[in-house]
Amino acid sequence: MSTKTPTVLDLKGLACPLPIAKTAMAMKQLAAGERVEAFTTDRGSLADFPAWCASTGNRIVEQDETGGVYRFLIEKMDKR
Amino acid sequence: MTTTDVTTETSSVTAPAQQQGLVIFAVSGDLDKIWPTLILASTGAASGMPTTVFFSFWSLFALVREDVRRTGDNWMQKMVSMMNRGGTRHLKLSKMNFAGAGPRMMRKLAKQHKAPLPGDLLELARELDVRLVPCQMTMDLLGLHKEDLIDGVEEPAGAATALQATQGATTLFI
Repeated sequence: MSTKTPTVLDLKGLACPLPIAKTAMAMKQLAAGERVEAFTTDRGSLADFPAWCASTGNRIVEQDETGGVYRFLIEKMDKR
Repeated sequence: MTTTDVTTETSSVTAPAQQQGLVIFAVSGDLDKIWPTLILASTGAASGMPTTVFFSFWSLFALVREDVRRTGDNWMQKMVSMMNRGGTRHLKLSKMNFAGAGPRMMRKLAKQHKAPLPGDLLELARELDVRLVPCQMTMDLLGLHKEDLIDGVEEPAGAATALQATQGATTLFI
């Protein structure tokens, strides 16, 4: 488990496909085990982040919602 | 690449199968077809799918630089470019175009919803390494040259190149 603070991505207000695209770009800079904490308001994110993680092999560690803002804590997995 | 003999056992995640590519044959020049094409292409690339968009026929005009007003070598081709201005900002809707009022409203709505416009998506696609391949034959037919097209577009190619990229990939024809 990584103890490093996650890279915070403020994606509030952005619409598809920007939340996913920006998360993917940020994720590219990270090493396996490092995390991204994405904040979105696009309702589509609820389905899209798990789908994107399933196709990229990354892992959603935490997910919640506060006042219409969705938060996804995603860990980059080691790809072999 | 190498076969996976090391499986990281994480309860909630199954590692994705060997990532498939995505190939989109873009033939329509309609705003409402180019737009989803670019959304799918950039999302595909963002999901780790090697993505190629093959532009043929009317879709080629979406790749024309904004500062290029007129294209074509003969009167017929010039006529086409006069009546069908290139660049993503001049794409028409397939319905409710209303002489350009429709697309203007769509842009306004997109801005309100902070949805990226086709021009932004083209940029995003290039940033994500989506291959943008223009079709040589239709470029010749329509009198378009490589220098008429935006930067980041690959060398024009033919059907064989487009089909080669479809090996083991998901293909869409839009």
